[in-house]
Amino acid sequence: MKKLLILGAGTSGTMMANHLRKKLPNNEWDITIVDKEKTHYYQPGFLFLPFDIYKSKQVKKSIDKFIPKGVNLVREQIDRINKDEDQVILQNGKTLSYDILIIATGTNIAPQEIEGMSGKYWHKDIFDFYTYRGAKNLRNKLREWKGGKLVVHICEMPIKCPVAPLEFAFLADSFFINKNMRDKVEITFVTPMDGAFTKPKASKELSYLLEEKNIKLVPNFNIERVDGENKKIIDYAEQEVDYDLLVTVPTNMGDELIERSGFGDDLNFVPTDKATLQTKVKENIFAIGDATNIPASKAGSVAHFEAEILTENIVRYIDGKELKNKFDGHANCFIETGHGKALLIDFNYTHEPVPGSFPLPGVGPLRLLKESYMNHMGKLAFRWIYWNMLIKGKHIPFVTPEMSTAGKEF
Amino acid sequence: MSEKTYAGVTVNCNDEGYLTDFAQWNKEVGAAIAKEEGIEMTDKHWEVINYLQEQHKNGVPLSIRKVGKSGVVNIKELYKLFPGGPLKKSTKIAGIPKPVSCI
Ligand SMILES: Cc1cc2nc3c(=O)[nH]c(=O)nc-3n(C[C@H](O)[C@H](O)[C@H](O)COP(=O)(O)OP(=O)(O)OC[C@H]3O[C@@H](n4cnc5c(N)ncnc54)[C@H](O)[C@@H]3O)c2cc1C
Repeated sequence: MKKLLILGAGTSGTMMANHLRKKLPNNEWDITIVDKEKTHYYQPGFLFLPFDIYKSKQVKKSIDKFIPKGVNLVREQIDRINKDEDQVILQNGKTLSYDILIIATGTNIAPQEIEGMSGKYWHKDIFDFYTYRGAKNLRNKLREWKGGKLVVHICEMPIKCPVAPLEFAFLADSFFINKNMRDKVEITFVTPMDGAFTKPKASKELSYLLEEKNIKLVPNFNIERVDGENKKIIDYAEQEVDYDLLVTVPTNMGDELIERSGFGDDLNFVPTDKATLQTKVKENIFAIGDATNIPASKAGSVAHFEAEILTENIVRYIDGKELKNKFDGHANCFIETGHGKALLIDFNYTHEPVPGSFPLPGVGPLRLLKESYMNHMGKLAFRWIYWNMLIKGKHIPFVTPEMSTAGKEF
Repeated sequence: MSEKTYAGVTVNCNDEGYLTDFAQWNKEVGAAIAKEEGIEMTDKHWEVINYLQEQHKNGVPLSIRKVGKSGVVNIKELYKLFPGGPLKKSTKIAGIPKPVSCI
């Protein structure tokens, strides 16, 4: 019996387990998946949780519900990978050997990377919303907050779901308007990039949003430290921004198991071929989703496209065929803009987001790079699609892994 | 898209003046772009530029902290070398795209 081992049962790992169990014969391939959690979180929901739009039970389900029959689920912390022996060592001391390994351990926030961030003010007046706990604690804070300076902040790139911080700022504007206290809140968006929008077409189409929502922008801000006592963030050029409530996206890093295994980059991301998804670590180790260092967006939709291509490549690898250089960095994301509207963007390694119609060229029904109620419904429907189709590895109609240029205004 | 001439070489640039084809870059071009940005290049500057080009070639997203951890310069020095927008300026001189997000 040959062994295929998947590390991480989040979005990517769960999809791979579902895809591969259908492709690999039960009597030839044993498939095992390992995760330390019992809960599968719907992370895109962490954006809505702080504003009481989603309830906590809408964003979590039991992991084992989504692992198909015929796949072994091991609930244990992974200590490290021993690539030379083709073995994975668990924290309880057990080892799992493999013929093929798929790394799908995602990315975590690392507030400890910034001086003064994770200390005694953490989750008091400095919050993240990239974790379940962070989003929930922030919800409790926002329920009773009386207003003041709200600063929405990105520490450094890359982060998963790079537009989520901006969406947070937009939703905050709606939230405080609905609570009749927008005049008591000053919203500032602080980013290390040179704008809220960095691609030419998107900047042109969307720059009005910040102004319309009265959100102040502080660009080119590279944070050095947080002065929690005086409620300031300070950057390397000595710029200071005052806050009463700081909502930050800390540095995103791959799991420490990658560092312990001795092959991550400086942020613990796994060196991976951006077109085949085979790692540069060893021929029989593949990686998918947020855990890789490929220059695609770290998003569930991206992982979904990767999963279809990685499945094909693993089958080819088993058959001794050459891998397909097929992944083009395709991403497809809804962006909430508040007040029941959203945008949709579709792009890849080489094509920036542009206006047009999606998924049917010229028809839509969704419009790219334009705010609409339909797009907002799409974003909400994504939760249903996620739980019922995406992680179960079902193909989403009309949407191909490779990006289509039809119906787009380049 | 526009064409510009640096050190006798005609290069293609985007609207913000970043080279769109790295093959058109050479050290003299880099020095001429630096001059335009008010920077006189030293060996230390070139070390940073080489590091950035290497990272870019490997498809690694760039950040200030990454450069700070590279062992080439620390972040304070980086700000001194390329005042008022270290990554924006250094990537321009290096002939590679400025760091961007997805939109
Ligand atoms: C606020 C927010 C909003 C988002 N919005 C969107 C959106 O609108 N659209 C979109 O497409 N994407 C969105 N995303 C991104 C999306 O959720 C992720 O890109 C996706 O979940 C990545 O899947 P993954 O499997 O690579 O990682 P994960 O789903 O994070 O899974 C990693 C798994 O590995 C396990 N693991 C890690 N290390 C170990 C270890 N040492 N031992 C055992 N187990 C381990 C973890 O427990 C986890 O279950 C959003 C994310 C956030 C935080």
